[in-house]
Amino acid sequence: MIEVKSLVKEFRIHQTRPGLGGAIRDLFRREYKTVKAVDHVTFSVEEGEMFALIGENGAGKSTTIKMMTGILTPTGGEIIINGYVPYQEREKYVRSIGVVFGQRSQLWWDLSPLESFRLLKSIYKVEEAAANAWLDRLIEELDIGSFVNQPVRKLSLGQRMRCEVAAALIHKPKLLFLDEPTVGLDVLVKQKIRDFLRNLNETEKTTILLTTHDVTDIEALCKRVLVMDKGKLIFDGKLAELKEKWGSGTEILFQFRARTTPDQLRAALGDLPCELIRENEYAIRVKIQRSQEMLPYVLSTVMSTFEVSDVKMSEASTEDIVRNIYSTDSEVAAHE
Amino acid sequence: MSKLYAELIRIRFLTMLAYRVNYYSGIIIYNINIGAYYFLWGAIYGGQPQLGGLSPEQMTAYVAISWMSRAFYFNNIDQEIAQDVREGKVAIEMIRPYNYLSVKAAQALGEGMFRLFFFAIPGILLVSLFIPFHFPTSLQTWGLYLTSLLLAFVINTEINLLTGVLTFFLFRNEGIMWAKRVMVDLLSGVTLPISFFPGWAQALLAFLPFQAINYYPSMIFAGAAGADKAAQVLLLQALWIFVLLVPIALLWRQAKQKLVVQGG
Repeated sequence: MIEVKSLVKEFRIHQTRPGLGGAIRDLFRREYKTVKAVDHVTFSVEEGEMFALIGENGAGKSTTIKMMTGILTPTGGEIIINGYVPYQEREKYVRSIGVVFGQRSQLWWDLSPLESFRLLKSIYKVEEAAANAWLDRLIEELDIGSFVNQPVRKLSLGQRMRCEVAAALIHKPKLLFLDEPTVGLDVLVKQKIRDFLRNLNETEKTTILLTTHDVTDIEALCKRVLVMDKGKLIFDGKLAELKEKWGSGTEILFQFRARTTPDQLRAALGDLPCELIRENEYAIRVKIQRSQEMLPYVLSTVMSTFEVSDVKMSEASTEDIVRNIYSTDSEVAAHE
Repeated sequence: MSKLYAELIRIRFLTMLAYRVNYYSGIIIYNINIGAYYFLWGAIYGGQPQLGGLSPEQMTAYVAISWMSRAFYFNNIDQEIAQDVREGKVAIEMIRPYNYLSVKAAQALGEGMFRLFFFAIPGILLVSLFIPFHFPTSLQTWGLYLTSLLLAFVINTEINLLTGVLTFFLFRNEGIMWAKRVMVDLLSGVTLPISFFPGWAQALLAFLPFQAINYYPSMIFAGAAGADKAAQVLLLQALWIFVLLVPIALLWRQAKQKLVVQGG
């Protein structure tokens, strides 16, 4: 459904020279610097997938989305989505997609959302009866019925955002792009939008692509995650794999009935690759890299050898992982 | 497709109605403009029967009608395009299955119709109570005038699209847009009828599209152009419409490639 092959986008940014002399020289001859915002990105997506594109500010996510939605023309590489090349057949292509930009409104500021929906219906030339039934469903599921008649400028951000989602879906697109859809929303509204998206994905098989900084969005919605850094795609896989690769692993805190030293524990566990940290005389923290297979082994071995009074486990959260990725960018780049 | 444009025109109508104060002050501004020019020209004539080939009565009609025409063809879509580009709103326009420039033109038409019906017509009726003003009596003149006015709208809109699309390349072109605004008012005959310009300037203006925007339709309305001349004028306007399409199409193709979305 989506095929992206070694996609490149370069921007020419004009450099201002310092001082008055520099400004005058800039009048005649400008210096430009070429910046690679997206650098040979390749991936493909199947129909009905729900996936997230994450990365720091300026990692190239938005530029990638803008190329995928036909707004920007790539400098190089190929994109084919729904059988179209977005920037070449833009007007035909955009009928098959819906886009929500969290930071820009596509509703008409002075009109009510209902008027906007009406206008969008004629823009997309949808069939009236089917479109009305679909719109009724959108209004009900997004719970926006009580304010669709008020001018957009009088709506709260949460109310407006739900209307934006409805507006992007008026023509029942097969593919929905959401660029930071939950920025600035409260927990309840976020929850409503997520539930709606999940339901949409299940019932209509809508493919959903999300860019976000909010890790809870990814956890709630996406199985697949793409991570971008400095224009490059540095990870493409399942959320679970992401945790394995960049998570700081799983930690198990054992509370023993008798005094136990890390050496005793080490003897019991053999040469299993793990880190033992002495918490106090009765407690030891075990750090393992992967939870798969290792966790049951550690638990059963320790419990059968020692008398354990309590066990606490903590898994690195997605948030920690994302923080890891963002903060160790140089190291991450070396992975590739 | 026509349903879409009808809807766009309707929406622009509605948004203009949303601000009532704008609407009332608009009527007053039109009256002040027409009134000011009327008295100014009265002083310039100072009792002379003719100036630049126009009698005081014809001049009165010319002033009123040139402002009425301006109400219809005038629009700020170049500034709207500039704003869309500067604020990155153009991204939203590009995800819609329509041609951005045609949509802007349709919105301009909606705005023009609003101004014509709600500013110009009430304004001119109000003005005609105070100053002597003769409407054309023949249906043919009305027909010719309205056709010419519609063509004038298209030409002016094309010029606005041109200056607007320049924003894609320059990012800040308020200067160009303001210069264009003053130039269009001066060279199209709103400020001064073209027949008042010196000979060499008139010869030069004949090669520019500006007088097709206001001077031609106003002359038809004021009865200063016969049927033959009127037909010639309409043909010239149509010619300009086609000529101006070329640079717009070229610039627009380049603009889409060069597009940079501001702000994230």
